[in-house]
Amino acid sequence: MSRIELVDLAHSYLTKPSPTSHWALKTMNMTWEQGGAYALLGPSGCGKTTLLNAISGLVIPSHGKILFDGTDVAKISTEQRNIAQVFQFPVVYDTMTVAENLAFPLINRGVRGDLIAQRVSEVAKMLDLGRDLARKARGLTADMKQKISLGRGLVRSDVGAILFDEPLTVIDPHLKWHLRAQLKRVHDESDVTMIYVTHDQTEALTFADKVVVMLDGAVVQIGTPQQLFEKPAHTFVGYFIGSPGMNVLPADLAGDHVMVRGHRIDLAHGYAPRPMNDKIEIGVRPEFLRLASRHEGFPVTVARVEDVGRARIMRCAIDGVAVSALISEDVAIPSDGVRLVADPAHVHVYADSHVVD
Amino acid sequence: MTKTLDNKAWLLVLPVVILVAFNAILPLMTVINYSLQDTFGNNHFSWNGVQWYAELLDPATEFGGRFFGALGRSIAYSLVILAIEVPVGIMVAIAMPKRGVALSVCLVLMALPLLVPWNVVGIIWQLYARDNIGLFGWSITALGIPFNYTNSAVASWIVVVLMDVWHWTSLIALLCFAGLKSIPAAFYQAAKIDGASRWAVFRRIELPKLQRVLLIGVLLRFMDSFMVYTEPFVVTGGGPGNYTTFLSIDLVKIALGQFDLGKAGAMSIVYTLIVLIVCWLFYTVMVGRDREEGSA
Repeated sequence: MSRIELVDLAHSYLTKPSPTSHWALKTMNMTWEQGGAYALLGPSGCGKTTLLNAISGLVIPSHGKILFDGTDVAKISTEQRNIAQVFQFPVVYDTMTVAENLAFPLINRGVRGDLIAQRVSEVAKMLDLGRDLARKARGLTADMKQKISLGRGLVRSDVGAILFDEPLTVIDPHLKWHLRAQLKRVHDESDVTMIYVTHDQTEALTFADKVVVMLDGAVVQIGTPQQLFEKPAHTFVGYFIGSPGMNVLPADLAGDHVMVRGHRIDLAHGYAPRPMNDKIEIGVRPEFLRLASRHEGFPVTVARVEDVGRARIMRCAIDGVAVSALISEDVAIPSDGVRLVADPAHVHVYADSHVVD
Repeated sequence: MTKTLDNKAWLLVLPVVILVAFNAILPLMTVINYSLQDTFGNNHFSWNGVQWYAELLDPATEFGGRFFGALGRSIAYSLVILAIEVPVGIMVAIAMPKRGVALSVCLVLMALPLLVPWNVVGIIWQLYARDNIGLFGWSITALGIPFNYTNSAVASWIVVVLMDVWHWTSLIALLCFAGLKSIPAAFYQAAKIDGASRWAVFRRIELPKLQRVLLIGVLLRFMDSFMVYTEPFVVTGGGPGNYTTFLSIDLVKIALGQFDLGKAGAMSIVYTLIVLIVCWLFYTVMVGRDREEGSA
């Protein structure tokens, strides 16, 4: 059980990195509160796994500190860190039985026999492995193997944190939901810190209390799913989370409104002018655009309408700039002269991709 | 297109049939033929039935005793070199550098002994182990331990065993190195997370993953050492006495030394059968393992 702080943490796989060369992790400062359920979300290659491995000690970061309850562990070996980690692809020790596999992390740490037996049976029950405990872990299905890997991650009751590196990639969709719910339950019951790496927003949003979004080796936003939805700190967050993603439109800032291709869009409050060379954009989610009457909003040309069940996604454009709007089923979409209006409270201004308050 | 039946097509396989007949069937039949006859020289042969086989398989007879002696030495030799080469090969593979120039240098150095012709290996050790001019033999003698492989059974065995270890350990090491390379990094990472000791990593990850290449390595080395001829022949000529007379050396002595073609024929057939049976056993074990791994 510990609180994990990253202080000026950065990592490059190069031996002599310069400020301009490639950094797998750019300098970051953040805190993982003890007992939190975090999701680490980002596209492939953004540094999620590197960050996870730095926390567990599989990668020794080239710069900065990692504090576990105030003690720097950045240079300490994995074995001494008291961290559990589950990998994307299943690892089983196939000369051992399923039960021996689950007991392995405990045996290596010299845990008493009766405690081992107790933990193994608890974990086996949790993951529905009870019937297979006595069989050899050889020749099992990928699902089973990954359950065993998960079990080895969960079996230690005293870990500082459990890290999951896209653990459900190889699992079939139905079981995926079930296992994710199980992990969530384990978290709620045991108060252990969990960090769950994924590139799937649904997975991140259903698992985590807090989602950490990474892009290009940097953390771009930490927040609850609600915060990520309502106020993305970075255009990438807006685009990556939500389906369809946030509309990002190039704009000219003019105090309490912006001009997009010559059309006025109102903002919630006035903004100070930005330096000339800032790239100004506005972000507005399709959910906060609605059809407008003739006298308000801006005109769009409709390209197509997709029915997604409870609502329809209207794909359209303002003078060639693509915009999506979510239109509820009971509203009729006029055949021509369509205008949209944005809810000013949900229109965010971005300068060089970062949100401006 | 319709297919027409034409039995003349069988003629197309004729070249292969002729080739196989000349290089395999006829020589084998000749050996079987000899093994059932006795000869008194001058190309006079007489029918002898299975007498050679009966004698060969009866340790009480002079011929049988000789055969079982050589067979025992051959098996002992194979077991000794396997008992040394397999563990040493695994250790070398684990200790090898994992990448970079050091690895390339290491691979080249280790491949070198494998490229040396058998004869040359024999000559190298014949000289190297001499107590008067050979560095190895001389050094040991200088330590006060008499070491003369021409009159000591122990010394002669040490030389032929060391020679094989020198020549072939890198084969096992290279096979194991390839096997180790194929283990995904995630296994080692998981072992670290699980707090596994170095020994546990070897026992639970590396050794199980090496099983397949080791089986092949052991098969190759067993077969080669069980049929070894050139190297010990060059070094000791089978001596002192019969101490390093392995099956193949004895076979040549009987066939070409004494010109006992009947006995040599019988011995060849039994020798070949032993090799085939061992091969088949290995194959069965390998296939069995695969099946076990494949099933859910």
